[in-house]
Amino acid sequence: MQSKPITLTILDIVSVIALGVSTYLALVFAPTELVMGDVQRVFYFHIGTAWTALIGFILAAAFSVIYLISKDLKWDRFQVAAIEVSLVFFLITIVLGSIWARPAWNTWWTWDPRLTTAAITELIYIAYFMLRQGIDDPDRRARFGAVYALVGGFSAPFTFFAIRLFRTIHPVVIAGSNAEAEGTFAMSPDMRVAFFFALFTFTVIFIDLFWHRIRLGELQDKIEQLKLKVSM
Amino acid sequence: MIAGYAVSFIVMALYVASIYIRNRNLNQDKAMLEEMDDETVPAMQKPVIKPKPAQRKTGKTVTKKKSKK
Repeated sequence: MQSKPITLTILDIVSVIALGVSTYLALVFAPTELVMGDVQRVFYFHIGTAWTALIGFILAAAFSVIYLISKDLKWDRFQVAAIEVSLVFFLITIVLGSIWARPAWNTWWTWDPRLTTAAITELIYIAYFMLRQGIDDPDRRARFGAVYALVGGFSAPFTFFAIRLFRTIHPVVIAGSNAEAEGTFAMSPDMRVAFFFALFTFTVIFIDLFWHRIRLGELQDKIEQLKLKVSM
Repeated sequence: MIAGYAVSFIVMALYVASIYIRNRNLNQDKAMLEEMDDETVPAMQKPVIKPKPAQRKTGKTVTKKKSKK
């Protein structure tokens, strides 16, 4: 069994504590928004998970480029880890957005540019794992995966900029404004504390889960090598 | 709002559990494969390392049994 690095154990503990503090800040510390009420509190985790997921998808595209240049399977493991964790976080983002949209927009889902691009991004990366499942040769799987993740990587910035490029009802809370948005609000100083702490928390959790997933990938590769050795 | 936070925690908990279960299963597979590897390697090495003592022992017992009969 692989010994767990002490830094990873510390990161596990920090993640749990930060998640607890972030939940407290979002649910108790941050003031209630005047128009939307308590449902606005979903915003802190919604942005936190979206931020880390989109960064993760872009990171995966960067790892793809490094893999295609170096042909080192280590970068393939990094890419898979980044995409898997980002996929989970982005699923949370979409579900939280839907929960917020029900009282704010009076619907669970609408084919708004932001929601549509987010759904497409999620589906692109679900298909990524289906593609990998279908290829047995590790080198071929890594090469196909890298090209796919590189092309799919464009969907992340596109999703981010969708509310700035198209007519949309999705609010632009950070760095910009949208006159047609429904459910927009200005952040008070206490809201900013909860918001930035949520960003920090999900970044730490992402790094922690990413590291765990890389170790899992290493173990999977060792077992594949052992299987080959035993079968020979 | 509470449903949103519940969903976040449940999804994250499920993912952490999936990593833990996959890791445990892989470690079990690794232990089993290493055991198989240890068994196959000496079996392949036997005729190379100790061919003569094994032949002598079997040869002796066979002749004894034959003489008794």
